[in-house]
Amino acid sequence: MNNHFKTFFAAVLAVALATALAPSATAQASALRGNIVVDGSSTVYPITEAAAAAFRKEYPNVNITVAVSGTGGGFKRFAVGEIDISDASRPIKDKEFLQAKENGVSFVELPVALDGLSIVLSPNNTWVDQLTVDDLKSIYLEDGTARKWSDLNPEWPNETIKVYSPGTDSGTFDYFKEVIVGKTGSFRPDMSVSEDDNVLVTGVSGDKYAIGYFGASYYFENKDKLRAAAIVNPQTGKAVMPTPANVVSGAYAPLSRPLFIYANVESLRRPAMRKFMEFYLENAGKFAKQVQYVPTSDKIAAQAKAILNKRRTGTVFVIAEMHADGIIYKKRTEPLVDAYTEENLLDTK
Amino acid sequence: MSPREKPALLSDKKLLQERRRPMSQRHRKDMIFRGICRGVSGMSASLLVILLVTILTEGIGTLSTQFLSSSPDPDPLIAGMFPAIMGSVWLLVLTMAIALPLGISAAIVLEEYRPKGSGLRKIHGFVQLNITNLSGVPSVVFGILGLTVFASMFGLFGNEGNPSAEVGVSFVDQFYNEGDFVLEVPVSAASQPEAVPIAGMRVFDPAGKAYELNLVGDDAEWPEDSALAKRSLRSWDVPGRIKDRRWWYFRLPFGRGILAGALTLMLVILPIIIISTQEALRAVPSSLRDASLGLGATQWQTVRRITLPAALPGILTGAIIAMSRAIGEAAPLLMIAGIVFITRAPGNLMDDFTAMPLQIYNWAGRPQKEFHDLAASGIIVLLTALLLFNAVAVFLRQKYSKPLS
Repeated sequence: MNNHFKTFFAAVLAVALATALAPSATAQASALRGNIVVDGSSTVYPITEAAAAAFRKEYPNVNITVAVSGTGGGFKRFAVGEIDISDASRPIKDKEFLQAKENGVSFVELPVALDGLSIVLSPNNTWVDQLTVDDLKSIYLEDGTARKWSDLNPEWPNETIKVYSPGTDSGTFDYFKEVIVGKTGSFRPDMSVSEDDNVLVTGVSGDKYAIGYFGASYYFENKDKLRAAAIVNPQTGKAVMPTPANVVSGAYAPLSRPLFIYANVESLRRPAMRKFMEFYLENAGKFAKQVQYVPTSDKIAAQAKAILNKRRTGTVFVIAEMHADGIIYKKRTEPLVDAYTEENLLDTK
Repeated sequence: MSPREKPALLSDKKLLQERRRPMSQRHRKDMIFRGICRGVSGMSASLLVILLVTILTEGIGTLSTQFLSSSPDPDPLIAGMFPAIMGSVWLLVLTMAIALPLGISAAIVLEEYRPKGSGLRKIHGFVQLNITNLSGVPSVVFGILGLTVFASMFGLFGNEGNPSAEVGVSFVDQFYNEGDFVLEVPVSAASQPEAVPIAGMRVFDPAGKAYELNLVGDDAEWPEDSALAKRSLRSWDVPGRIKDRRWWYFRLPFGRGILAGALTLMLVILPIIIISTQEALRAVPSSLRDASLGLGATQWQTVRRITLPAALPGILTGAIIAMSRAIGEAAPLLMIAGIVFITRAPGNLMDDFTAMPLQIYNWAGRPQKEFHDLAASGIIVLLTALLLFNAVAVFLRQKYSKPLS
């Protein structure tokens, strides 16, 4: 009885101490207040959500709302100064850039993570070492021509390809659909679909004639059970394996892409917004891993921090070309690692 | 026997034939029909039971007071739907406050003040036809309409970020100094230029305490004393302007706030309210109206004292059915709000919001099973609210309806 009382007393004392000490520790944090409005891509959303939720635990008086109108919908609102941050699963387009320019909206462009897909095969599949985007199309499309491995290459086994895919709810599915299937095409209806990634891993690893795809980071975790196919980069013509290094360098195209946030530089003058962006970039790698994306390289992460700290505004993905009849704005096609330098920045001002 | 009677005779014959059939055969038919009816109603009831049982078993585990009082989070263990519940409450109160007076008055005009001239009658018929049609329009269409008309107001008044008019807001220029301290300078109007650090000017800390600004020289060291650092700035520090919104904050355009959401929901339920109110008014026997008018009461007096009170139970039932529709709508709100992460309840009419159906939709769409369970818990909360509304509707109908003739 006495012992119980002691424990109870100790607990009460601990709680009292904690509450007494807490205000002094968080006084500075709770001083930060304001609203931050985020909209944009549903692919970037999980990272921003993780950042916002973690930030809120430290700064409870900062209200962050995150909506998912899609990358285009986000930029539409961003370009008129309606929102503070735009989540984007692709760089800003020249049209959107011009719209922001027209409205006097100036921004910083910050890559936060990389999204990649691995095409996986069973370890017993000994014949495939590389596939092209067209191969994937003929395997996955409804009107594709490859139903047996021998349809792709006569030397390959005359066996039916067993096709696996993550569920339609996942961002992985959306991304694969975007790159391989396209807007007008449709998936073949007889593929095995599961929301549970583990089911896919067991399915593909156990079936010699199976093929499937995952988020790249998920493949890294299951390397021992699966074999990834190298994918031919359509620009360089080289077959590239989905290694972290290749995803980070951008060589593993088109099945990897950088994810960005764009922050309105006017909003960045508000302390709450500034603190949130610093917090976001500081922990972007951690959040990216948490939601199964690939963190950007240390160099790109450092570059992003520098661009934020110096408020170096503009985008590196739009080029202005001087012509006799005026300026023509074009898209820059180089991968992020090569393009993302301060010299390449084109400002809206 | 005239030819006219022939058909009657024929049918008599038919009836006789029917009667001559053995009892058992007719009984069998009766049994079969009864069986089909029972089967069909049993199937629909069991579907409902299956749905309820699945939802309950999935969702009851995560349903707790913590779930009701905390905000959404990427960690399903601590995620809750407090902002969504509060958003739904705000939406419902606002929607009903706008839709009820409008809907009931529209119904009174259409039903009690029927025009007599032929031209006016045509207009009346046209309006009536349109209202009936509107009740069949998919709600997502109202969402698109609401987005252009209420949220962005055709772009006539700027946008949410730079509204052309706002009241109930005060502006504060916030500085963030080298020592990680926040300093504030109140601003009287949005048009006022940004505060520039001047030595000795009055600044406030976020708690509202006033200080004299200490301007640190461009080449001077940043003060180490935190009491001094707290009120220090460099000459090149620039502030950011934040808005402190009161509970009565109002702006043009409405933006994607709760008022735009409520107005859009109003569009969805207005036809329901008008039609059900019309039905209720039509059910009031005309003898009551005639008696009132015959005693010399004006049309308005008759409506107010006789017709409306008599129709009240029907109107209330219709209103509550409309409420049930409004609380469960997701599609039009998805167009307006589309917010998936929000951590607080709305504080004013223009505030960002989410609602229960949106939150459920969001959770149900995630790949992880834990979120599906949360969605199920959300559905339980939503269903409880719906059942409560319907119970009130039944109660009102029972309590206030009395024979009218």
